[in-house]
Amino acid sequence: MLDINNLQASVEGKSILKGLDLHVKAGEVHAIMGPNGSGKSTLAQVLAGRDAFEVTGGSVTWDEHDLLAMPIEERARAGLFLAFQYPVEIPGVSNAYFLKAAVNAVRKHRGLPEFDAMDFLTRVKAEMKAVGMKEEFLYRAVNEGFSGGEKKRNEVLQMALLEPRLAILDETDSGLDIDALKVVADGVNRLRSPERALIVITHYQRLLDYIVPDQVHVLSHGRIVRSGGRELALELEEKGYGWIGDSGEVHSAPEPAGGAQ
Amino acid sequence: MKTATATAPANRPITNFLDQEYSAGFETLLEADTLPKGLSEDVIRVISAKKKEPEFLLEWRLEAYRHWLTMTPPKWAAVSFPEIDFQDIVYYSAPKKKDGPKSLDEVDPELLKTFDKLGVPLHERARLAGVAVDAVFDSVSVATTFQKELGEHGIIFCSFSEAVQKHPELVRKYLGTVVPQGDNFYAALNSAVFSDGSFVFVPKGVKCPMELSTYFRINARDTGQFERTLIIAEEGASVSYLEGCTAPMRDENQLHAAVVELIALDDAKIKYSTVQNWYPGDKDGKGGIYNFVTKRGDCRGARSHISWTQVETGSAITWKYPSVILRGDDSVGDFHSVALSNHRQQADTGTKMIHMGRNTRSTILSKGISAGHGSNTFRGLVRVSPKAEGARNYTQCDSLLIGDQCAAHTFPTIEARNPTAHVEHEATTSRIGEDQLFYAMQRGLTAEDAVSMIVNGFCREVFKELPMEFAVEAQKLLGVSLEGSIG
Ligand SMILES: Nc1ncnc2c1ncn2[C@@H]1O[C@H](COP(=O)(O)OP(=O)(O)O)[C@@H](O)[C@H]1O
Ligand SMILES: [Mg+2]
Repeated sequence: MLDINNLQASVEGKSILKGLDLHVKAGEVHAIMGPNGSGKSTLAQVLAGRDAFEVTGGSVTWDEHDLLAMPIEERARAGLFLAFQYPVEIPGVSNAYFLKAAVNAVRKHRGLPEFDAMDFLTRVKAEMKAVGMKEEFLYRAVNEGFSGGEKKRNEVLQMALLEPRLAILDETDSGLDIDALKVVADGVNRLRSPERALIVITHYQRLLDYIVPDQVHVLSHGRIVRSGGRELALELEEKGYGWIGDSGEVHSAPEPAGGAQ
Repeated sequence: MKTATATAPANRPITNFLDQEYSAGFETLLEADTLPKGLSEDVIRVISAKKKEPEFLLEWRLEAYRHWLTMTPPKWAAVSFPEIDFQDIVYYSAPKKKDGPKSLDEVDPELLKTFDKLGVPLHERARLAGVAVDAVFDSVSVATTFQKELGEHGIIFCSFSEAVQKHPELVRKYLGTVVPQGDNFYAALNSAVFSDGSFVFVPKGVKCPMELSTYFRINARDTGQFERTLIIAEEGASVSYLEGCTAPMRDENQLHAAVVELIALDDAKIKYSTVQNWYPGDKDGKGGIYNFVTKRGDCRGARSHISWTQVETGSAITWKYPSVILRGDDSVGDFHSVALSNHRQQADTGTKMIHMGRNTRSTILSKGISAGHGSNTFRGLVRVSPKAEGARNYTQCDSLLIGDQCAAHTFPTIEARNPTAHVEHEATTSRIGEDQLFYAMQRGLTAEDAVSMIVNGFCREVFKELPMEFAVEAQKLLGVSLEGSIG
């Protein structure tokens, strides 16, 4: 469903993604790992359409559409969801209002009837229970004053409500305790279905104890330098990212554990 | 003093968003009775004569004029504009009419069409909406609806000129008692040349059964509009009054210098709401209205209450400080304001709460929105005089910045000369940044939806002070004032 070919992107003139290839089929879960600064968030933001990142080459096809030509909100309405590494605070706008507007924008696009206030509240309250959020968070401003963990739960809540077809989670597990981590994993696992695809960006392999990925990729210096099965994550956990050279090339050692693609 | 300036990186969605069109900018072609440009004692005599005014009023005008000649325009506001040539302005322009319309049917249909386009609920729509409307077009009041029904309650709601003819004793008793002729440069000018405006008198014990409303429209070219509004609520009376304003799009700047005086006697309540949408000029700052207005309420009686609510989205330059003099013991003053400045607009607005009586209370709630190259200044003065035992004020002053080229400034001044005074001040500044827009758009919202959601959330506390139907209008207006094409 998603085909990224030779994607190149830069920010403020600085080249970040340097020819990235990634192919994700419907029903699959892909994990992307890699050291800080390797371009994981850049990839996520480029896919979501952020203006600040300039695409300088390559292509991204999503269900036969040229993803890069679609406006930000069109991508979202068509089912692309990004759980932000740093969710944004929107003062003065209640979470309930924001979520309802978002859900209805997406439903309208899909030809579904918009939720009225009652339908919406019933639905959102059930989902909040599932992610362990108190109802008071409905009436607080979007992410304002939320703790790190609360913000991440709010992302998972939005993901559940918006029922995306392609979800990208950008380090949603970072900084979470084990309970919160399970909430994230559970959110992802509940979403898994043959029509959906998920890209889970993570710094730690522990999330992959709960989300079993179909493929694991290592991103370094703007390229996918290794791909493999779940065992690649374990290997990374053990050896760290040190063996991935500064150039982004894989040095001789170690042997690929599970045979890269 | 507090100054906030946005520093986000420039970004496309916001910039595109702010390029909007003014929707009330059409011109109406009417035959008009217009004086040549310029100001002199003779011009004032002509205006007064055209309006068949009593001698006292002519004298009052001339006094104001002589005072004005000795004054210079104020320079302290944080606004800049080329010096105004006061001899290059037309001081009187009226749509031409034979004998004056006796009913709405006799009003020039072109004029009614204009008000129609503006959504002024004159005619039958007024009835449906239950709003009594006085419409001031350039310098004269065109039609006042609902006069009869209001008359049954003893309420006078008419144009200022009509009040001068029919109720000269009331005009004489109250005019200039809140804003004296020489109060400030623009008030003095207004006192000399004001051509019309609205007059409201609510007698003792009467609660006005409907919202009263005036729509002001500047149509003629090179015309200044100088209305004078006087609202009196006697003991125990109450009234809610709303004014709305628009103007055609023109490349030249036009001057609007109004004076509004409110008088509340014992236990009276006056609620005055403004939705100001004068033409703000184009996005490069060409044209637009200079809105230099003096608005002041006098809580003359004990337990009286005056409340100002304003939504200011128009004008090239706004200079206005609706204020309350809390003279009566236990009187209450409120100021709720949303001021938007987009493109090259400059708004310098705020309020003064002058506590003189015992246990007087005031609340100031100011929401400034700056976008584009707009600049927004809040100026608040809370003065507690030595005799104002137990006075209390709460001020909250919030600024919202949209984009990276705009500015917001707040200048709160507190002069407490009574040790029992209790004055609180809070201020916040927030910014709609590219990251917030991106976040909302990633959830499927358009940039317009995202901005209006944030702006409306920001303004909610003020909007809820407006009469219901006008709150909706204000919300739409803010949307329009910020909207543009997303490229
Ligand atoms: N807005 C930006 N402006 C300038 N540099 C940026 C910006 N965003 C990311 N970068 C740079 O791009 C590189 C990749 O960042 P990022 O994609 O966030 O990495 P990761 O998510 O893998 O930690 C880093 O060197 C980072 O400093
Ligand atoms: Mg990152």
